[in-house]
Amino acid sequence: MPSAPPLLQARSLGRRVPGAQRWLLKDINLQITGGERLAIIGRTGSGKSVLLRALSGLDPIDAGEILWRGNTISNADVPNFRRQAIYLRQRPAIFEGTVETNLRIAYSLRIRGNEDFQKRRVIDLLTQAGRDENFLDKSAAELSGGEAQITALIRALQCDPTLLMLDEPTASLDPDSATAVEQMVIDWQQADNSRAVIWVSHDPAQVQRVATREFALDHGTRKESHRA
Amino acid sequence: MKATYVELSNYEVAFAAALIIINGLISLSLRLGLERMLFIGALRTIVQLVLVGFVLKWVFAVQQWYIVAAVMLVMTAIAAIAAVRRTGLVYPGVYLDSMLSICASCWIVSAFALLTVMRQVTPWYDPQYAIPLLGMILGNTLNGIALGLNQLGEELSSRRDRVETLLSLGATRWEAGREPVRQAIRTGMIPIINSMMVVGIVSLPGMMTGQLIAGVDPGQAVKYQIVIMFLIASGTAMGTVGVVLLSFRRLFNPRHQFCYAKLQRR
Repeated sequence: MPSAPPLLQARSLGRRVPGAQRWLLKDINLQITGGERLAIIGRTGSGKSVLLRALSGLDPIDAGEILWRGNTISNADVPNFRRQAIYLRQRPAIFEGTVETNLRIAYSLRIRGNEDFQKRRVIDLLTQAGRDENFLDKSAAELSGGEAQITALIRALQCDPTLLMLDEPTASLDPDSATAVEQMVIDWQQADNSRAVIWVSHDPAQVQRVATREFALDHGTRKESHRA
Repeated sequence: MKATYVELSNYEVAFAAALIIINGLISLSLRLGLERMLFIGALRTIVQLVLVGFVLKWVFAVQQWYIVAAVMLVMTAIAAIAAVRRTGLVYPGVYLDSMLSICASCWIVSAFALLTVMRQVTPWYDPQYAIPLLGMILGNTLNGIALGLNQLGEELSSRRDRVETLLSLGATRWEAGREPVRQAIRTGMIPIINSMMVVGIVSLPGMMTGQLIAGVDPGQAVKYQIVIMFLIASGTAMGTVGVVLLSFRRLFNPRHQFCYAKLQRR
């Protein structure tokens, strides 16, 4: 039986500085399959976040291609691709209202059709994060950095993606919140072997804890890594 | 009522111009440092209006459609440039978007007015009507366009994280940009709505005042002003919606990406 194509694949991916000739990323070949937790590592300015944004389709690319389950992603397919492969920013975006308002936003999008907000599922996720149901009523303006990141993570996880792309999600969190986020992501991925995670990190200890494989970047190109 | 007005001599205009000295004295006594700007502003007011007077006199006398069209095109281009210059955030193509929106909205509204409301005017492009009409619509529409453009840039700039989060969750570009677009259109249209609320109560509009001074019957002056207010309102609405949607299409590409790098602060 032929093996299933990778979930996400980048072929000779390149991105330039907007409006300039200099490459931010050059000739990147990368793939991730279900069951993997891939860490993108590298020094500050090596292009980790640029790569993750390009993989998520948030930024235009100037060379190469990105395949989702072996297929190129047409313009019309982009929202559906992003429904399955969700990108999370380093600093979460929180909308006005309560935590619940923030979670319901995902269901206001056309791509989710007639799906409804699943409160039971969200409460389970909150429990994993060490929060109870009352957290849903908390004002978004009063959330700490850690709580905001947990809210953003639950907002993504409730959508049942196949791939999570996390851009240093614990960079500005206290150690307890960082551990909670790490554990939630690992638990989520391990609950279903078809799921995968790409995690940008500059913390070697964290990479050891969360990743099953590493992809090292240096000045926008691939650097050989011992765990590759 | 007979249409009569008091002709002003150059001396009488000079009396009025002397009032600018008050502004100069305020600036000097409070050390505002505005004297030079005031002088240049006063000088420009005189020179620009005198030149416009000469041009209008000639255009009114010549009465050729292509001359009228050329003058209107120049007025439109100046308004389009002025609208963009009032905005804090710009992007490649913003001048073209401004020109297209202001041209489409103001010319359509002016043509509508000349061909329907003022259909007794012959020829329909009579510069005595066409040029002041377009001028008033342009002046207000450029305000709406400037406000709308500015607000869209500011909204997208300050909400970039939220826009990208919606896109990350599978939003289409329209779903992600809808709120900034709505806010921008709202901002562009509010001034004209406010004007309509207070017109005649707080102030008499310039055109109506001019007609009254020129001896036009107040009933007729009011009718003209009502027509103008509605023309301005629809021109502003069309221009604002036009420029905001054109900007949206430049800043969000068909791959549902927000091209934030295109936005440049002046």
